[in-house]
Amino acid sequence: MNTNPNRRYADITGRALLYAALGIMAIYYLLPLALMIVTSFRSMDEIRMGQLIDWPTQLNLDAWRIAWSEAQIGARSERGLQPYFINSMLITLPAVAISTLIGAVNGYVLSFWRFRGSNLFFGLLLFGCFLPFQAILLPHANVLGRMGISGSITGLIFTHVVYGLAFTTLFFRNYYVTLPGELIKAAQLDGAGFWRIFWRIILPLSTPILTVCVIWQFTQVWNDFLFGVTFSDPSSQPVTVGLNNLVNSSTGERRYNVDMAGAIIAALPTLLVYVIAGKYFVRGLTAGSVKG
Amino acid sequence: MASLNITNVEKSFGHTHILKGINMDIQDGEFIILVGPSGCGKSTLMNCIAGLEDVTGGQICIEDHDITGVLPKDRDIAMVFQSYALYPNMNVRKNISFALEIRKLPKAEIEREVERVAKLLQIEHLLDRKPGQLSGGQRQRVAMGRALARHPKIYLFDEPLSNLDAKLRVEMRTEIKKLHQRLGTTIVYVTHDQIEAMTLADRIAVMKDGHIQQFGTPQEVYDNPANRFVAGFMGSPSMNFIDTELVNHEGQVCVKLLVMDQLHYLPTPSSERGLLERVGQKVVLGIRPEQITHVIPHYASNPSTFIVKAKIDVIEPTGPDTLVLVKMNEQEVNCRVEPHEAGKPGETMSLMINMSKTVFFDPITGERL
Ligand SMILES: Nc1ncnc2c1ncn2[C@@H]1O[C@H](COP(=O)(O)OP(=O)(O)O)[C@@H](O)[C@H]1O
Ligand SMILES: [Mg+2]
Repeated sequence: MNTNPNRRYADITGRALLYAALGIMAIYYLLPLALMIVTSFRSMDEIRMGQLIDWPTQLNLDAWRIAWSEAQIGARSERGLQPYFINSMLITLPAVAISTLIGAVNGYVLSFWRFRGSNLFFGLLLFGCFLPFQAILLPHANVLGRMGISGSITGLIFTHVVYGLAFTTLFFRNYYVTLPGELIKAAQLDGAGFWRIFWRIILPLSTPILTVCVIWQFTQVWNDFLFGVTFSDPSSQPVTVGLNNLVNSSTGERRYNVDMAGAIIAALPTLLVYVIAGKYFVRGLTAGSVKG
Repeated sequence: MASLNITNVEKSFGHTHILKGINMDIQDGEFIILVGPSGCGKSTLMNCIAGLEDVTGGQICIEDHDITGVLPKDRDIAMVFQSYALYPNMNVRKNISFALEIRKLPKAEIEREVERVAKLLQIEHLLDRKPGQLSGGQRQRVAMGRALARHPKIYLFDEPLSNLDAKLRVEMRTEIKKLHQRLGTTIVYVTHDQIEAMTLADRIAVMKDGHIQQFGTPQEVYDNPANRFVAGFMGSPSMNFIDTELVNHEGQVCVKLLVMDQLHYLPTPSSERGLLERVGQKVVLGIRPEQITHVIPHYASNPSTFIVKAKIDVIEPTGPDTLVLVKMNEQEVNCRVEPHEAGKPGETMSLMINMSKTVFFDPITGERL
């Protein structure tokens, strides 16, 4: 116990300052979100009459309904963000699943079944993590064209899988090198082959890194705008593109409440993923070896 | 049960040669201990025997069948690893039965086998636990259980006890010895524990730099080391090596030993015949600490014992004996004496040197003379 009162006051002051700083930062980051939520529940009349920033007088769900299913976005016959949202789901779920699984197999091979040149292979793959995606837009469009999947959901899934692999492989490889290699040797002597070792021993040990990888990939793919706007046609555009069009295509008066509701809808899945799996994310990032 | 013949086995990783021609002929049922400094290639040799690494050259035969190119799972070898390598996601029962399931044994038979092994190793009460819920010693048992489960022809143990605390290690050592006596299976066992090596082995192979330095019974290796490395490696505390010179003194081949300004001529044992032609040359005298003791009157009249007076530099009590550090030929020498016979540092005491088991090495090559 510290008996010197001056020291104790210094401690308390330090702590208070720390919490104050943290509080200010939290407010700084949360305020925009709070404003968006508040605005999305106000009616246009309220916004027009009063302040731009104010509490809603009543809980008005019109903006949400309009953003989801009524707003005319561009020249499409279907209205609202709903079809875009569904596209995003159709792109994101398979892209995340496939890139995670292939990343796991890649990491497994690079950690336990090294081959001649596997280090070089890994090095080149890492390069993919630093690749500026603007640089590959044109050649990749060409590739998609030759494959006959340009402008399609399949094409976007393919794109996200290919450009996600560098990261997913890195995740799994870095996790697997911390597992004891004797595990694989023991399984080999027990008679297990390449795939059985993967499915029965390695994958069941991968929960922490699987979580990290899924959250990472989900966020990347769902939030992607560049690929979504470049490699899609109107029927396959993801929700990020839909939101952009919603905000930009309204003629006349700007409907702040609808824009805000739309933005929240577009961001909701990633928010949910973080809320549900966020603590596993941190845990997975710091997870070390699984010592038997 | 099976014999194991290793012929000229070589292994390189790229340009690094790890095993440089290993030859071992192991009889059916033998308990072979492999010792050597870390990094000398013991684990690599084990992996080659198990088929986990491909050899670069040479041949490995089990029961006269060449298995050099056979897959690990078809060699009928089980291995216990230093880290135990238990599957963390499976419970003990699954860990033991995994290999049997892969080999598609009938369910009832698998169950019977798990029961048998669990009983043998007294881990019946642990069968439903995950490895993470076990203590070090329990994990060690499970790792052995996994190896025992499919009646392999040969067991390989790679430092299986080195992660256990001292007391448990002694217990498990005894159990492994009992197990071997019961099962009679061929075992190759890596350790760097002197006592483990001496107590368990039928024969010990001492390895260094990718070569087998000596392969013989524990007593042979201890009493008759092939070279200075083996002599120094086996035994704790280590053998004393004293630089000296061979002279012809009163018709006997002797070594010169200067202790406390007093020059002694100690006759070499008659068994070391090759020494005569080296008279006048420098040699290294190898003498184990237990050959230099306090004066035991009963032995003092023995023609191979000699008494010298030495000044004590340091004493290290170990319990049963006390190690006394003195200087001979200006070099530090460890002597093993009865605790209550040992003097204090700075004092002089009489020491009895027994020359009958001394060995001699070439000072340059380290080879036995
Ligand atoms: N897969 C490998 N690639 C390259 N070098 C290796 C490999 N495995 C082992 N080595 C090297 O071989 C030498 C012997 O290793 P090892 O057999 O594990 O020694 P130990 O006798 O301590 O068990 C070490 O220097 C080690 O660095
Ligand atoms: Mg080793």
